[in-house]
Amino acid sequence: MPKRTDLKTILIIGSGPIVIGQAAEFDYSGTQAVKALREEGYRVVLVNSNPATIMTDPELADRTYIEPVTAEWVARVIERERPDALLPTMGGQTALNVAMALAEDGTLAKYGVELIGADQRAIRMAEDRREFGLAMHRIGLRVPQGMVVGSPDQALAAIEAIGYPAIIRPSFTLGGTGGGVAYNRAEYEERIARALDLSPVHAALVEQSVLGWKEFELEVMRDCRDNVVVICSIENFDPMGVHTGDSITVAPAMTLTDREYQVMRDAAIGIIREVGVAAGGCNIQFAVNPTNGEMLVIEMNPRVSRSSALASKATGFPIARIGAKLAVGYTLDELPNDITKTTPASFEPVLDYVVVKFPRFAFEKFPLADVTLTIQMKSVGESMAIGRTFKEAFQKGIRALEIDRLGWVTGATLKDDRLEGEDAASLKAALRTPTPERIFQIKRAMLAGLDVSEIAECTAIDPWFLSQLAELVAAEREFAAAPAPDAAAVRSMKRLGFSDRQLADLRGMGEDEFRRQRWALDVHPSYKMVDTCAGEFPSSTPYLYSSYDDENESEPLGEQGIVILGSGPNRIGQGVEFDYCCVRAGLAFREMGYRTIMINCNPETVSTDFDISDKLYFEPLTVEDVLEIVRLERPRGVVVQLGGQTPLKMAKALEAAGVPILGTSPEAIDIAEDRRRFEELTRSLGVAQPANGTAMSEDQAVAVASRIGYPVLVRPSYVLGGRAMEIVYDEPSLRTYFETAARVSPQHPVLIDRFLEDAFEADVDALCDGRRCVIGGVMQHIEDAGIHSGDSACVLPPYLIRETEVARMREHTRQFALSLGVVGLINVQYGIKDGVVYVLEVNPRGSRTVPFVSKATGVPLAKLAAAVMIGKSLDELAVPDEVAMPYVAVKEAVFPFAKLPNVDTLLGPEMRSTGEVMGIADSFGMAFAKAQVGADGALPLDGGILVTVNDHDKPTVTPIVRRFHEMGFRILATDGTARYLNARGIPAERVLKVHEGRPNPADLIVSGEVQLLINTPLGKLTQRDDYFIRRTALQHRVPYTTTMSAASAACDAVLALRSRRGTVRCLQEWYQSAPGSRAAPGERRTGAESEVGQGALRP
Amino acid sequence: MVFTTNLTGYQEVFTDPSYLGQIVVMTAPMIGNYGINDEDLESTRPQVNGVVVRELSRAHSSWRAGGALDDWLARRNVPVLEGVDTRKLTRHIRSAGAMRGIVAEGSEPSPQVKAALEASPHMEGQDLASQATVSGERLVGDPGARHHVVAYDFGMKENILRVFTSLNCRVTVVPAATPAARVRELKPDGLFLSNGPGDPAAVEYALPVIRELTEGGLPTFGICLGHQLIGLAFGGETVKLPYGHRGGNHPVRDLETGRVLITSQNHGFAVRGTGKDVPGAKSLEVTHRNLNDDTVEGLKHRELPISAVQYHPEASPGPHDARTHFHEFLQALDSQ
Repeated sequence: MPKRTDLKTILIIGSGPIVIGQAAEFDYSGTQAVKALREEGYRVVLVNSNPATIMTDPELADRTYIEPVTAEWVARVIERERPDALLPTMGGQTALNVAMALAEDGTLAKYGVELIGADQRAIRMAEDRREFGLAMHRIGLRVPQGMVVGSPDQALAAIEAIGYPAIIRPSFTLGGTGGGVAYNRAEYEERIARALDLSPVHAALVEQSVLGWKEFELEVMRDCRDNVVVICSIENFDPMGVHTGDSITVAPAMTLTDREYQVMRDAAIGIIREVGVAAGGCNIQFAVNPTNGEMLVIEMNPRVSRSSALASKATGFPIARIGAKLAVGYTLDELPNDITKTTPASFEPVLDYVVVKFPRFAFEKFPLADVTLTIQMKSVGESMAIGRTFKEAFQKGIRALEIDRLGWVTGATLKDDRLEGEDAASLKAALRTPTPERIFQIKRAMLAGLDVSEIAECTAIDPWFLSQLAELVAAEREFAAAPAPDAAAVRSMKRLGFSDRQLADLRGMGEDEFRRQRWALDVHPSYKMVDTCAGEFPSSTPYLYSSYDDENESEPLGEQGIVILGSGPNRIGQGVEFDYCCVRAGLAFREMGYRTIMINCNPETVSTDFDISDKLYFEPLTVEDVLEIVRLERPRGVVVQLGGQTPLKMAKALEAAGVPILGTSPEAIDIAEDRRRFEELTRSLGVAQPANGTAMSEDQAVAVASRIGYPVLVRPSYVLGGRAMEIVYDEPSLRTYFETAARVSPQHPVLIDRFLEDAFEADVDALCDGRRCVIGGVMQHIEDAGIHSGDSACVLPPYLIRETEVARMREHTRQFALSLGVVGLINVQYGIKDGVVYVLEVNPRGSRTVPFVSKATGVPLAKLAAAVMIGKSLDELAVPDEVAMPYVAVKEAVFPFAKLPNVDTLLGPEMRSTGEVMGIADSFGMAFAKAQVGADGALPLDGGILVTVNDHDKPTVTPIVRRFHEMGFRILATDGTARYLNARGIPAERVLKVHEGRPNPADLIVSGEVQLLINTPLGKLTQRDDYFIRRTALQHRVPYTTTMSAASAACDAVLALRSRRGTVRCLQEWYQSAPGSRAAPGERRTGAESEVGQGALRP
Repeated sequence: MVFTTNLTGYQEVFTDPSYLGQIVVMTAPMIGNYGINDEDLESTRPQVNGVVVRELSRAHSSWRAGGALDDWLARRNVPVLEGVDTRKLTRHIRSAGAMRGIVAEGSEPSPQVKAALEASPHMEGQDLASQATVSGERLVGDPGARHHVVAYDFGMKENILRVFTSLNCRVTVVPAATPAARVRELKPDGLFLSNGPGDPAAVEYALPVIRELTEGGLPTFGICLGHQLIGLAFGGETVKLPYGHRGGNHPVRDLETGRVLITSQNHGFAVRGTGKDVPGAKSLEVTHRNLNDDTVEGLKHRELPISAVQYHPEASPGPHDARTHFHEFLQALDSQ
């Protein structure tokens, strides 16, 4: 059936900020969907609050709304744009929930908007546990025995029938938020309370536990003529009980016979039909009893998902792209297979390789979080690796994780592997509880002599997987013991996926030395194509992976090629924003006639879409893997400045190996990163810097700190995202820091800076061609210095910093850029205190804020950086100096606290946010208000405000509270704060502190009397009180601020919200409103077009 | 030497009589993971002459496993080549076509090995069905079953019998060269022509039998080689495909409904067709086509109740999308 012609405008909803359970995979799927629909000639309207994404690039959709992804705000977009249809399946659970809300409140009917892809009935049937269970029953399939409960009483009745252990799953939450396992009544009551609370419909499913069963997933697609294909099977290495997002997963399924696989396939087809996903994809999870094969259906997602992104990358079948086309009426047989180009999309991909995905966790940033892996997802990113065998892919996947383990190796200490001892009893005890380190505990257990069956018994991991791992251990032993290995021996180890570093360690030599020997033996990888058909048909799409096999299928591009190093697995501090930079620059290179070669290992991202580059190498980002690719390709150059710390930390080694680095030299990067050299530069430029020093030992650190004076900011050198960064107020705390947070040694020096209390902070992003430097934007942080810049809200243009200071920051940025010889992007962070502008950090690379600045101003910084890197000058490109913005853009950070119980929500110098949103409006207050809504912290228009702040903050908070009082808010405050406010004429009702009795602030929050919490830490005595209050607010979704500046901004926002209804405008319109703008939407910026071209993202 | 792209079902592949005499390259890189069991056999023994894999799994895991693939093949003297760049080999077969092969020891072929390879027969013109067929008649299923089907065994997969018996049929399996008269004596409600190895054009002896048995309106259904024989029996032609279709993911369009079936396939020859017609066979109509290369995948007789498909509705290994063909055949029996 050809595409529908009755639709003209289609609305796509994105997934909003990156959170645990909803990450870059929805940028990938959304971007594919937008492109797929535009190439069919539809007018595409996009709503997504996340500025870091590719999909919100103004060149992608016709109308790009960076507005909150809530029913209320999306309704305003609908009112304005009058779309004919809404595609709700591309933006994860968020988009699905918003679409359902709009359907239920009548908005869609009112404006005549049709849901395409999956309709209301199908979404409800898949999402509602009871309806889903009944549907499965109708088609003869079984689900775990379960009961939906809506109250604690119902829950107690349910557990009588189901028994312990029981699984608790809240309805309609994403990533299993609020889900858990209960082994006893106390646990059960607690988990039920939490689940009911977190569920937007206050319902939860209590389910029979199938812990330890084998877990499988199938990705299924169906078209409007009822053709169904299964795209991929995925088998989880970790059995049921660990969320699939936190599991190591393998594609295709490894341990199913054809008979069992076909039963599962039949079930999947039956399910998509019964649920009624009319045109699109879905993901279905199954549990299989390992002792008898009994199969249960666990769940179905009627939309693209993290697994579908993985399946797309694992097979080469672009599920989201095809899904979008099916939604507008095409059938599978009418669409081509985009990889072979000669066969249709109505087929089932076959793999002649094995894919392994590893989750990446961030527990190092949340020392108090529970590390046990359970049914609620806790990982923040993932790596994927492709190999010809499971063993090869497995080891590549671990080294792709960038967790300082270049393969399946044990940690330096038992503690690194989360072990108490190495005896069989300790090992077995540890193995019984899944944690991120379990995979390494398994290796220790094997080395200690535990056999596969013992480990299988403790972990419930299928013995087949464990046997594979045992083969690796055996191979290592043999290799370590052998006399000097010959080419055949090295090659056979490389075929098992061992990295040079692993093999060098086994032979007791250095990695470089080993690599020289390997090269001397002429042992190199070959590159194979991912072609969807296992070689059955010719394929022209160079989507490649390495293996140590005979035939190489990769035709080198030579001087025409430019290699872009991606940013690897998402983690806190390095996420989708760097993928944006890589993709945007890559497209620019293509437009300029070069051919781009992307190297990355993150299956969620747009950069690993084979469609985005001329060649994609799905490979780990390590020096070894990159060198081999460069050796084959002989590219014109390699771009290291756009993928965050991952490529940057390889720059020196690559350059030393003779790899041409494009843009800013590794030498300049080193000057900026090397404290001593950087200080010299700063001094020579006459730029103020907080007093600082570098220490190689704990005692040195103490000496430096007492010289420069407390408080100090300490951190290890060469880190991103403020890893192990702390503000320390005295010597004992400094010594504690070295015990708990960071090692210090000559190889791992720490940096110590005088901490500027109560200073303003600002970020400047700029672009330099080595001769001229253009400011992209100056962003003022809302939070004071001391809060990591990635966690601080920020505003563009600055709203409280004086123009003279802004001018000085611009000037300093130019000085740094020119003196470092930056060719490409540079980011400088400043602190402003008492009229002095201090430089805090210079990063001669693309920063986290590049996409935000680009979206806010309309100047595509990453794209221009690409042009500069290949030798264009800013003058040639006619890049204008900093754009004057007659509007305000606010970026707000989004945190994973709701997913991590026991973690304090107080912000600090260590970055802990997972994502960001942007609010854009004509006033600061409204932009900030939108950003808060987008970050799931909608501010109240009236009600009660609870204020409990320390003495230091009392004078600052007073005028803020006064404004709230004048707006009619009821003011509640704890003892000291209440007295202080009352004395200044603000009527504040006194509330007992937690330790003073009840009702206390937490009670008031629970009972709904508090609509906004302003809390700063009161001191050691009340630490627990404060923590408890903040967690309570978080749980009850009461917005809270922990800094005065954020409280003040919130006040501005409330004022704005009360004065008028928030309106929506798309980026294309905002840009047109800028002075001097004459361009049509998406076609901003002067002569840049002629050089860099336009519309690469446009089909 | 041929390749198959089935991701699962190596045991079914190795025991499928249609693979008789062939060396099969598995494109799936890890083979043997779930071992071998007694239930997933398509015949009593491995039919392949050799197996080529990237990695043979030494360990296996499945609640149904009764042993390791490695041992099972070794006990039946089937040579296995492992550690081979099977993708390179597959790409070679794809471009050079299915070819003769030989498995021998050493890194270079010796003159004797080369001579043996030269002496080995080409697939074209080979009647392998007569080797793969049963030696005598065989009765399968409940004697009181609703329908009686006579099945010509040209190398029939066991799962075809499992499907028939599960659908309340009893089956008399007869050898490939059974004369029509004997079949008439058996008084079947329907006739089935099985899959099997080799060149269909070499199974000439079956063609007059097919014409004779079907002319009276006996409902007839053919699979794979059976499909090709129906094509030939009514005047059509078969051609050798460059490298065949072997795997479980081939899309086939039902020309009547427009629907697409994902099918299990294993064939090196195909019936020639243009549009809906079969050149030389006016009485036949093309009912199904392959979406990848547009080859003929299904036929029916314009007047008589005869239908056939090139692919394997019995699956095993492969998807079950085409199972309905058995039901359609039974409906034809019912309407007798």
